[in-house]
Amino acid sequence: MTKTSTSHELAVHATGLVKHFKDVRAVDGIDLDVTRGSIFGLLGPNGAGKTTVVRMLATLLSITDGHAEIFGLDVARQPHQVRQLIGVTGQYASVDEKLTARENLRLFARILGQSGGQAKATADDLLERFALEEAANRPLANFSGGMRRRLDLAASLISRPPLVFLDEPTTGLDPRTRGQMWDTIRELVEGGATILLTTQYLDEADQLADRIAVVDRGTKVAEGTSNELKAMVGDASLQLTLLDPDEADEAARIVDRVTGSVAQDTRAAHGTAHLTVPMANADDAGDVLVALRHADIGLAAISVAQPTLDEVFLALTGRPAEPQSGLDDAADEFHDELQMEASR
Amino acid sequence: MTTLTVSPAAVDTSRLSGHVPLATSIRQTLLMAWRALVKMRRNPEQFFDVVVQPLLFTPMFAVIFGGAISGDVKAYLPLLVPGVLVQTALTTCMQTGVTLREDMEKGVFDRFRSLPMSRMAPLAGPALADTLRYAIATVLTIAVGLVMGYRPGGGVVGVIAGGLVIVVTSWSLAWIFTYLGTVMKSAQGLQGVSMMILFPLTFLSNAYVPVDTMPSWLKEFVKFNPVSHIVSAVRSLMNDGRVTGELGWGALGCAVIVIVFAALSVRSLRRAD
Repeated sequence: MTKTSTSHELAVHATGLVKHFKDVRAVDGIDLDVTRGSIFGLLGPNGAGKTTVVRMLATLLSITDGHAEIFGLDVARQPHQVRQLIGVTGQYASVDEKLTARENLRLFARILGQSGGQAKATADDLLERFALEEAANRPLANFSGGMRRRLDLAASLISRPPLVFLDEPTTGLDPRTRGQMWDTIRELVEGGATILLTTQYLDEADQLADRIAVVDRGTKVAEGTSNELKAMVGDASLQLTLLDPDEADEAARIVDRVTGSVAQDTRAAHGTAHLTVPMANADDAGDVLVALRHADIGLAAISVAQPTLDEVFLALTGRPAEPQSGLDDAADEFHDELQMEASR
Repeated sequence: MTTLTVSPAAVDTSRLSGHVPLATSIRQTLLMAWRALVKMRRNPEQFFDVVVQPLLFTPMFAVIFGGAISGDVKAYLPLLVPGVLVQTALTTCMQTGVTLREDMEKGVFDRFRSLPMSRMAPLAGPALADTLRYAIATVLTIAVGLVMGYRPGGGVVGVIAGGLVIVVTSWSLAWIFTYLGTVMKSAQGLQGVSMMILFPLTFLSNAYVPVDTMPSWLKEFVKFNPVSHIVSAVRSLMNDGRVTGELGWGALGCAVIVIVFAALSVRSLRRAD
């Protein structure tokens, strides 16, 4: 096996990943490079192939075709080594329902080679960090969805793995619990971990991921930072409404000088001066406002509009980012999410 | 508090081992057996079959076949008790496969598969824990026999030796059902297939009736059937306190089954899609 110099910088390096289930090409040639210490998001609707990609990378599914490396190790040929470097938190909690939270953590810690005393300490530490102490000795049947996810994630971190796979870490969680999960994920990265997460929430990818790959029907339709993806659809724009319509020409000159872009004057339509200023960077808005203040031009209203990832998805796939089924909980949750997104 | 993960900059892949040492593998198997025992304790229904079967089958078969085969019930017991023991063992170890299948359908099995642990342990652990169930079934069957008037000529030593043979046999045969557990899609399907394996193995043997009365072509199968060898070996041990060549054939059969089906099971778990 040859290792390129770039593959040392990468936590995940996959080329042409393919997975067939009988006749179905669930994953149809996906390339992925995940830089060490970053959060990488796989974004797509239900059935896009995100989970299949993660399961292949995590040695849980055989790879039909293509090549995958984790920290330079061949996933297909060195699965045992790869398993020593990863933590996997699945879509459905991978913990034993019949054992208590504490028993689960101690069992996994002992399987990983810790002594009885070490395993006890590890379990206690993780239960405290994930706020599960009170419920630690209760059967999991009484656990809420959020508690299960936290326990599941805690179990994935016993070996302090440098790479953590999170498959839809917040699907089915209420907004408050989702926020807590996001904080935990950010803490992991601050601690030095690399995270590969899948999500069908545009908002989640936007909030967390350094890079995002948009996956649809087993292929990658786009990849980039959140801003790059948004830029594919169109720039952010600054909307200005002037107190005095007669100052519109002067305002447009100032905008041109500060940002180098031409403001659209939509005065005719409303009888007021309304300028739309395309911007590569939302930060430029501040400079424009300062310059207008210096020129003594009064503003009635201002806003900065960013295209949402929802628009990105629509532009890339020609379809809205809605799950196909619309029947399961995840889909309902997704609708709630869209609603929240819209009301913001 | 320390961080929850290791910085990827500190990752040294050259020091990682490519396999699980045998001692670690055994340790992990014992941990998985512990897990299975905890679950048995929390779900005592798992003991239902091993308690009811001996209490039901031993008197039932004794009354149905006793008069016809041996003249009376008491005379039939030395023939029957070892037969029931083996049949109970087989149905009990079918349950090992069903439990495993149900377990594999839950998320926790993904956890085991994603850990750098022995691929054998999640299979061998429950199989080891199930020897407790076999032991319960064996003790109860012998107890029911004794109550009904069975007086084994092999004495205490012979009976204990026979019981141990049954437990070891059950553990060995359970690997067939463990393998089926790893390849079948559902627990129900597994139960169906297991029945089709179980009935020929137990009834086309010398477990309940003397072989002399069977047609000659069937005798050949019965002689080849490892269950017959085990039944004969247990009869000799319990009724006469004698170790016979049948024990050797039975042991050989069990060893072959364990080696073949343990290997198949691990392979099937490895490549599970």
